[in-house]
Amino acid sequence: MYIIIPIKQVPETGDVQMDKESGTMIRSGSKSIVNPLDLYALEAGLRLKALHGGRVIAITMGPVSAVKALKEALSMGCDEALHLSDRAFGGSDTWATSYVLSKAIEKLGKPDLIITGERATDGDTGQVGPALASWLDMTLVSYVSSLEMEDGNHLLAERLIEEGYQKVRATLPAVLTVVKEIACPRLPTLAGKKRSMVTPIPVWTAMDIEADPACIGLKGSPTRVVKIESPSVSRHCKVVHALDDASTADAVEQLFSFLEERGLAPLKGGQHA
Amino acid sequence: MHEVWIIAEENEGKIKEISYELLARGRALADTLKVELGSVVLGHCIQPSGLDALIAHGSDRLYVVDDKALATFSCERYALVLESLITTQKPQIVIAGATTMGRTLMPYVAVRTHAGLTADCTELGIEEGSGNLLQTRPAIGGNIMATIKTPNHRPQMATVRPRSTRALPIDLQRRGLIEYIPFLREWDDGRLEVLGLRKPEGQQLSIEEADMVVSGGRGMKKRDNFQLIERLARLFGAQVGASRDAVDRGWASYPHQVGLSGKTISPRLYLAVGISGAVQHLAGIKTAGCIVAINSDEHANLLDIADFAIVGDLFSILPQIERHLEQRSKV
Repeated sequence: MYIIIPIKQVPETGDVQMDKESGTMIRSGSKSIVNPLDLYALEAGLRLKALHGGRVIAITMGPVSAVKALKEALSMGCDEALHLSDRAFGGSDTWATSYVLSKAIEKLGKPDLIITGERATDGDTGQVGPALASWLDMTLVSYVSSLEMEDGNHLLAERLIEEGYQKVRATLPAVLTVVKEIACPRLPTLAGKKRSMVTPIPVWTAMDIEADPACIGLKGSPTRVVKIESPSVSRHCKVVHALDDASTADAVEQLFSFLEERGLAPLKGGQHA
Repeated sequence: MHEVWIIAEENEGKIKEISYELLARGRALADTLKVELGSVVLGHCIQPSGLDALIAHGSDRLYVVDDKALATFSCERYALVLESLITTQKPQIVIAGATTMGRTLMPYVAVRTHAGLTADCTELGIEEGSGNLLQTRPAIGGNIMATIKTPNHRPQMATVRPRSTRALPIDLQRRGLIEYIPFLREWDDGRLEVLGLRKPEGQQLSIEEADMVVSGGRGMKKRDNFQLIERLARLFGAQVGASRDAVDRGWASYPHQVGLSGKTISPRLYLAVGISGAVQHLAGIKTAGCIVAINSDEHANLLDIADFAIVGDLFSILPQIERHLEQRSKV
């Protein structure tokens, strides 16, 4: 099985504190990590490889520093990594990003599977995975929560949708976007880390993938950011204390008058106003 | 004139609530632009009453494709139909729900139509002068609001966060045109076959669709205590949510997880019990209508974005709330 896993380097949000004055994010040391939701894609790919053999290639588009994300993918067990890096890619929206990735994947050779995380925790669009399926005309299976191969040409999967878990059969080649339930990501091993140090990571530019200059970077992106604002952080929380029976009863009374004022208190039998 | 479109959603022939929310958004845009508002309805055995309801909620025109092949969502087929409709009718704006369907279908179609697409918007407007669609969405974990436009490509496409607006009141006097479009065999791409649906026990609605969500976190201390959350949710007529911590400990299953690695939700009421509010959790609830916290720690992050908080021992507070709710339901 030949699997490609596109990953993204994102700022770590775990340690992020909010500046209460300006409402902006204080990025403590602005540490970069592999998008946490991509780790599930990597795990799903590595498990398929363990079961069915083949190779797993991690790719990313990003600045020079993004090579760190690829090294982590290698140390988890990916066989190869590919870095797409070019100033001309800067400012790409999801349309242009998915175009660049699809051109690189075409050059690598179309895989049996592309597996992506559901979305990245910074941009939070979740658009690149489905867009890749569209560019490459591969079957799209989004929100995959479990997965098995039926035969060499089909896979069986469950998709987590609003109504529950939808069971599907998909014809390969396919693009899967996976949710957290798919598997628990492994940690990099020491041997993997060593291997990641010596595995060469090729860097491809726009020229290497024969990208149309009109389709990449800011110029190739249909969308434009008009403005960025910081929403006010505080909602002016009304705080009441429940210290003993009497103050607890009072706090609960206050809660319900608060909810009633806003038409949020349930009426009879759990019905709403 | 180029219309504004919404992509309606249906399940087993019934129109879903998100469709009416989208119509409220679309109506405002269409009125500003002085154009008609169209709804694309794809499905099978779609109830006529549902089509009437789309008109009563603000649609001027319906494009209905009803075929067995469209009974459940398959991106390949839906995209072929939508792409063909967009190419022939040339709408200027197409909006869909930021649901599992909308977030799958729209990026796929945007590639084919070379359209600009913005995900999970919470506000839409029209730029004065240019008439461009202004799409506002939370980004970087809800810490900033970005406004985005698509100046040179049509259609302009967006997915809209469910529950971020309310449907318009029904107007039975409204008239609309229903156009039935026959399903073409060339749209019948069968690479994805739907085999069935497994419903998780006890869950009626997904938390993204819920009007109210009652969530529990680490403060619940152990799995058995999580039943308090489930009971409270039932009394509120709410759905059960959980922090990542509670899900990782196995107190609730993943579909209930709220936050960056779970679901981003916008209920009218979010009641967070024993959740301190990691940045990732806050990102998932920032656009909720009203946030209530019950927590032992006055300095918990969640209080920064809550509207009302009770600080104290939740195991004393919850029984009092339950008693209060039970009395109310008897009145």
